[in-house]
Amino acid sequence: MPRRARVVVDVMLKPEILDPQGQAVAAALPKLGFGGVVEVRQGKRFELTLDGEVTEDQLAQIRRIAETLLANPVIEDFAVRLEEPA
Amino acid sequence: MRVGVVTFPGSLDDRDAARAVRLAGGEPVALWHADADLHGVDAVVLPGGFSYGDYLRCGAIARFAPVMERIVTAAEAGMPVLGICNGFQILCEAGLLPGALIRNSSRTFVCRDQRLRIDSVDTPWTSGYSPGAEIVVPIKNGEGGYVADRETLDELEAEGRVVARYLVDNPNGSYRDIAGVRNRRGNVVGLMPHPEHAVDPLTGPSVDGLVFFTSLLAAVVAA
Repeated sequence: MPRRARVVVDVMLKPEILDPQGQAVAAALPKLGFGGVVEVRQGKRFELTLDGEVTEDQLAQIRRIAETLLANPVIEDFAVRLEEPA
Repeated sequence: MRVGVVTFPGSLDDRDAARAVRLAGGEPVALWHADADLHGVDAVVLPGGFSYGDYLRCGAIARFAPVMERIVTAAEAGMPVLGICNGFQILCEAGLLPGALIRNSSRTFVCRDQRLRIDSVDTPWTSGYSPGAEIVVPIKNGEGGYVADRETLDELEAEGRVVARYLVDNPNGSYRDIAGVRNRRGNVVGLMPHPEHAVDPLTGPSVDGLVFFTSLLAAVVAA
């Protein structure tokens, strides 16, 4: 089986952008009996699978993918990381 | 006077937009998302709906449709473009308009008749209104909250680029009650409410929306 690598892109709304979905989740927690959570922010996680070892060039390309398509830089921040093989 | 109305997979309001163009005296031209040319149209309407199922973000996939490449080029050359609802989201994703549209602050889909004030008449789509005109047109969205950073909002206000504002009750948490904006040149306008649903007394709350389309015809004939 060929070696594959996984790169994870996390996309989150910028801190100053309202997150009504996160607020709805936060509001549900006390009703379910879960205390102590003061804020919830909801984001998106993308898992990109690549063939073979991940090179710096490929990581740079994934950052371009993130800023072009996966995230809208007007309202979202993103982080790219290589997932360690299990 | 040929006005293109784009249909993406998931568009809903393309027929109403085409009908509004016809009622205003123009010839609607159906454009398909996969079209690689604009069939000689003088202007384009991007209608409301849920293009590509709103996957990823509203408008995020549609902005890369083949027809959008042509529209972006034509818009940058001055062709009038109106994006309504999902069309507004597409124009923001494409970078033709500043800011973005996020989930309504109320967390609910809002569908009602909405009072607006027209704040910019320096566009081919609004030149038929008097400045400050108040109109009533339907609004229907789940992700219509207009957001941008403070610098961008201040710039839009200073340059008179807020085209329409919500009156009485902001339906979706839009910053500064913004319902629509235009680009610097004025040819590209994005609007969350639906003027194309207010063009016939039989089916709309008013005929206030028709002026968007009659303005366009007057502007293109004059050009």
